[in-house]
Amino acid sequence: MTAFLLRRVALIVPTLFFVSLLIFGLQQLLPADPALAMAGEERDPAVVAFLREKYHLNEPLPVRYWLWVKGITVGDFGESIRIKRPVRDLILEKLPVTGELAGLAMLVALCIGVPAGIIAAVKRDTAIDYGATMAALWGVSIPNFWLGILLIMLFSVTLGWLPASGFVSPAESLKQNLLTLIMPAFVLGNAIAAVMMRHTRSAMLQVLSADYVRTARAKGLSQASVILRHALRNALIPVVTLGALEFGALLSGAVLTEQVFTIPGFGKLIVDAVFNRDYAVVQGVVLCTALAYILLNLLADIAYVLINPRLRA
Amino acid sequence: MTAAPLDAALIDAEAGEAPWQRALRHLVKRRAAIAGLGVVLFFVALAILAPLVSPYDPLATNWAAVRKPPSWLHPFGTDEIGRDVLARVIWGSRASLLAGLVSISLALAAGVPVGLVSGYAGGFVDGLLMRMVDAMLAIPFLILAIALAAFLGPSLANAMVAIGVSQTPIFARLTRGQVLVVKHEDYIEAARAIGNPHYRIVLRHIFPNIVPPLLVQATLAAAAAIIAEAALSFLGLGEQPPDPSWGSMLNTAKNFISQAPWMAVWPGLAIFSLVLSLNLFGDGLRDTLDPRRG
Repeated sequence: MTAFLLRRVALIVPTLFFVSLLIFGLQQLLPADPALAMAGEERDPAVVAFLREKYHLNEPLPVRYWLWVKGITVGDFGESIRIKRPVRDLILEKLPVTGELAGLAMLVALCIGVPAGIIAAVKRDTAIDYGATMAALWGVSIPNFWLGILLIMLFSVTLGWLPASGFVSPAESLKQNLLTLIMPAFVLGNAIAAVMMRHTRSAMLQVLSADYVRTARAKGLSQASVILRHALRNALIPVVTLGALEFGALLSGAVLTEQVFTIPGFGKLIVDAVFNRDYAVVQGVVLCTALAYILLNLLADIAYVLINPRLRA
Repeated sequence: MTAAPLDAALIDAEAGEAPWQRALRHLVKRRAAIAGLGVVLFFVALAILAPLVSPYDPLATNWAAVRKPPSWLHPFGTDEIGRDVLARVIWGSRASLLAGLVSISLALAAGVPVGLVSGYAGGFVDGLLMRMVDAMLAIPFLILAIALAAFLGPSLANAMVAIGVSQTPIFARLTRGQVLVVKHEDYIEAARAIGNPHYRIVLRHIFPNIVPPLLVQATLAAAAAIIAEAALSFLGLGEQPPDPSWGSMLNTAKNFISQAPWMAVWPGLAIFSLVLSLNLFGDGLRDTLDPRRG
C-alpha cells in the first residue's frame, strides 16, 4: 500500500511539470506581444513598457517560466489587469459558489444515475432497461446550455416557479439559494447522471452474475438484500473513481451553466477574463482546475485501493 | 447437439467475407445505428446543399419581420433582426459539421502518431509522452478549449484548433493502449524476425489492426466536438456574428426567451439531433467492431 502510494504520488510530479509548461505556454500563443495585447486598444508606449517590466517580458523565456512557477508555489497567481486584484483572491471568492453548484450537481447525478443503473441492470432486457439506456443516451447528447434555456422557458417564463437567473448566498437565505440553484444543478448533473447510469448498469450486470451473488440467493436472502448488501457494494467501486473523473466534465459544464443562469462562479470568472483579455486570470483558473483534477484523481485512486480488499493486499 | 454444426456453418459463411464486409453486415442489423447514420447523412446533405435548400439568405435582415413566430412564410420563425431562423439553422450546420470533421482530423493527426511511438517504443519515451498526455488530460476538455481559444483569438478556425488540441490526448492514450495489445501478437514478432524496420512494422502491421477502435472513438469524439463548437460559439469564442452557427444562435436566443422562444428551440434541437445520431451510430459501430464492449 505504501509503495503504491509513493509510486502514485511520484507520478504526479512530472504531470504537474508538464501542466505548468502547458499553461505557461498558453501566453506564447498570443498572436502579438503579450504586453501589447494587455495594454488595450490605446497601446500607450509607457503602459506597454510598464507591463513589460512588471511581467518580466524582457527576460528570456526560461527565466519568465521560473519566476512564474516560483510565484505559484507561494500562492501568487499574478494580478488581474482589469479588476486590479490578486488572481488568488478572485479564485477563492468564486470557488465556494462553483463548489456548491458542483456539489449539488453531483448529488443530482448520484440520486438519478445510480438507482437508474441498478434498476436497468436488475430489469435487464426489459422495457425499463431500454428506457433507462435511451434516457442515458439522451442525457449525454443534450447540450447543457440548451437544456438550461428550455428549463428557464418552462419553470421561469411559463410557470413562474423558479428564478431564471442570479445567485443568492446561503448565508443570506438558504431557501433562495436553493431555489436559484435547483435548475443549474439539475442541468449540470444531468449529463453526469447519464454516464453514472451506464457505468452502474454495466458494473451491476457483472456483479449480478458472480458466484457470491448466486450463493447469497441460494441462501434464501431477499432480492433487495442481495442487490443492496451484496451486489451494489461491489458494483459501486468503479463508480467511486468515476465520480472523480467526472469532475472535469462538471467544471466544463459549470462554465456554460453559470453563463446561462448568470451565476457568479468560477466558470463566469474565466469567460469574463477571456473577453477582458485578463490572461493571468485565465491561466490561474486553468491551473487551479488542473490541480484540483490531479488531486481528486489521486484521492480516487487511493479510495479505490482502500475499498477494494483485493488491491490492498 | 446442433450448436456445433450451426457454428461451423456460420464460421464457413463468414470465412469468405472481408472483415469490413462482415462489420457492415453486422452494422446494418442495428436499426438504431442505421437511423443515427441516416440523420447524420441528412445533416451532411443539408450542409452541402445549403445554397439550394435554404429558403432565405441567412444574413438578410428584415425589419418588418422582427421576432415573428413560425408561419408558412418562416417555418422556424425569425430572429431579433428579422433573419429567417430556418435558413440560419440550415447554414449553421456547416459550422458544426466542419468543426466535427476538422477538429477530429487534427486530433487524429496529432494523437495517433504520439500513441504509436509511445506504445511501440516503450520505456523512457513512453513515460515522457504519457506524462505530457496526462498533463493535457488534467485540464478539463472545454476549459482547455476555452483557454486556447482565448489566447488564439475568437474565430471558428481557432475554435476548431482548440477542440482538436484538447481531443488529442484522448486519441494518443487510446492508440498507445491498442499498440500495447497488438505489439506482442505473433504476426508482429514474425514481421520483426524477418527484418522489417520499425517504421514499417508500426505503419504496415500495427496501425491497420488498431483502426477499428480509433474509428469508433472518432465518431463519438465528433459528437463531443460538435457540442464543444456549439459551446464555444455560445460563449462567443467560436463562429463570429453575423455568420450563422447553432451555438451563437442560442447565445442570442437566451436574451429573448420570453419574447421569442422559437429562436432557442430550433438550433438546440439541431445540435441535439446531430449529437444523438452520432452517439447512436458510434455505439452501434463499437458494438459491431468490438463486441466485447457491446
